[in-house]
Amino acid sequence: MIRVQSLVKTFGSFTAVNDVSFDVAEGEIFAFLGPNGAGKTTTIKMLTTLLRPTSGSIELDGLNPTSHQNDVRKRFGIVFQDPSLDGDLTAWENMELHGVLYHVPHKVRRHRIEELLRLFELWDRRDDQVKKFSGGMKRRLEIARGFLHTPRILFLDEPTLGLDPQSRNQLWTHVKKLNETERVTVFLTTHYMDEADRVAHRIGIIDHGKLAAQGTPAQIKQQTGATNLEDAFLALTGSTIREEEASSADRMRQFAKMWSGGRR
Amino acid sequence: MNAIFILWLRELKRYVRSRAQIVASLGNPLLYLLVLGFGLGPVFKRAGNGNYFQFVAPGVIGMAVLFSSIFSGLGLLWDRQFGFLKETLVAPVSRLQIMIGRTLGGATVAILQGLLICVVCVIAGFRPANLTTVPIALGFMVLIAVLFAALGVAIGSSLQDMQGFQLIMNFLVMPIYFLSGALFPLTGLPKVLAYITKADPLAYGIDGMRNVLLGNSAFDPMLDLAVLAIVGAVLLVVGAWRFSKIEI
Repeated sequence: MIRVQSLVKTFGSFTAVNDVSFDVAEGEIFAFLGPNGAGKTTTIKMLTTLLRPTSGSIELDGLNPTSHQNDVRKRFGIVFQDPSLDGDLTAWENMELHGVLYHVPHKVRRHRIEELLRLFELWDRRDDQVKKFSGGMKRRLEIARGFLHTPRILFLDEPTLGLDPQSRNQLWTHVKKLNETERVTVFLTTHYMDEADRVAHRIGIIDHGKLAAQGTPAQIKQQTGATNLEDAFLALTGSTIREEEASSADRMRQFAKMWSGGRR
Repeated sequence: MNAIFILWLRELKRYVRSRAQIVASLGNPLLYLLVLGFGLGPVFKRAGNGNYFQFVAPGVIGMAVLFSSIFSGLGLLWDRQFGFLKETLVAPVSRLQIMIGRTLGGATVAILQGLLICVVCVIAGFRPANLTTVPIALGFMVLIAVLFAALGVAIGSSLQDMQGFQLIMNFLVMPIYFLSGALFPLTGLPKVLAYITKADPLAYGIDGMRNVLLGNSAFDPMLDLAVLAIVGAVLLVVGAWRFSKIEI
């Protein structure tokens, strides 16, 4: 379903992704792990048509994201690392807007929005503005939205960041369920190793832009002689802490905090 | 087409739902209208220019449209920050459609805002000389709104975060407003100032409105129309181009 070969992305003299190759089979849940700044989000951006690779090739469902941008976009759903809902719109309107942008026919759209909102336990709140939702509810809505256009692949970029164990648990239960019932291929990143261990069929570990290991959770543990995935992860990526500069988005968020209650 | 419509509708819903913002955005134009309108009235009259309140009302309407349309374009920055922009940028819809939907939405909001000020003007005593020409004045309002909504999108696409916002406010939006002749007649100005005001697209919009509503103007009405249409078209192209270059 996803085929990546010797993928490279450089920003000026900095190589964010360096010769990465992997395959994800149809219906598989693949976890892409790595410390901060390892190249996870850059890879997802390239897979989801937001960035052009410097070199190497990508195939999603047999299509090249660079040359068949819109065809590829119809085939995947994505939940970004940061929220991407419109807080002034209601849950239903956010879903509706997504359905229209993805050309889901009117009837199918209504039906599927209801089905997904019920599944993610948001149906009762469908007419509430999203800004009134808790973090967990927003995440659920985003994932429900990602499934709306029946994608073949779902990308989840740290979907459980900042959620309590209950919400995380529930979220993965839903994702797993839809993975089984709709045969959606799931490509996820997370910092919670226990989640990856529990949910993913296969794992790839990336560090400094290079793929350090890939295989089933059992294989990776075996390869490093560790008893759990966290130890295996640390063995592969070392224990130094990665410093990241605040991105412009982070700075914006600080600014918005200062002005919260301002314009929007 | 549907994508353009739903994005247009989104802008409208956001506008209608932010009541506090609607009220807040009326404050500035009202201040100019009521304080300057009545405060400068006697001086204006003594100078032999007639009724200042009548004169300034189209200017204040133009101001409301200007501010509202530019800010709606800059709303892009908020969408970037709150992440909603990404949701639209990975959708299987061309960037041009997204840009058009947003721009038209922003322009519509600006027109509503302008109409609101119109109502306030009429309540406060503004009387157009000729009622039949009011639809033409509305046409000028639409042109102003589209022009500056496109400019707002062009700027919003080029800025990374809100830090440039004050800069845009102080060195672009305010000068556009003050140099447009919204507050003073454009005839008999010192040479330098006259040249600068001629480079301000809003000057033609307000002049056009004043012409059809009151029958006094500094430029030829056809010139007003031509400048607004051409500059508007150019800014739409620039806005679409800048929007297509956004990277997140």
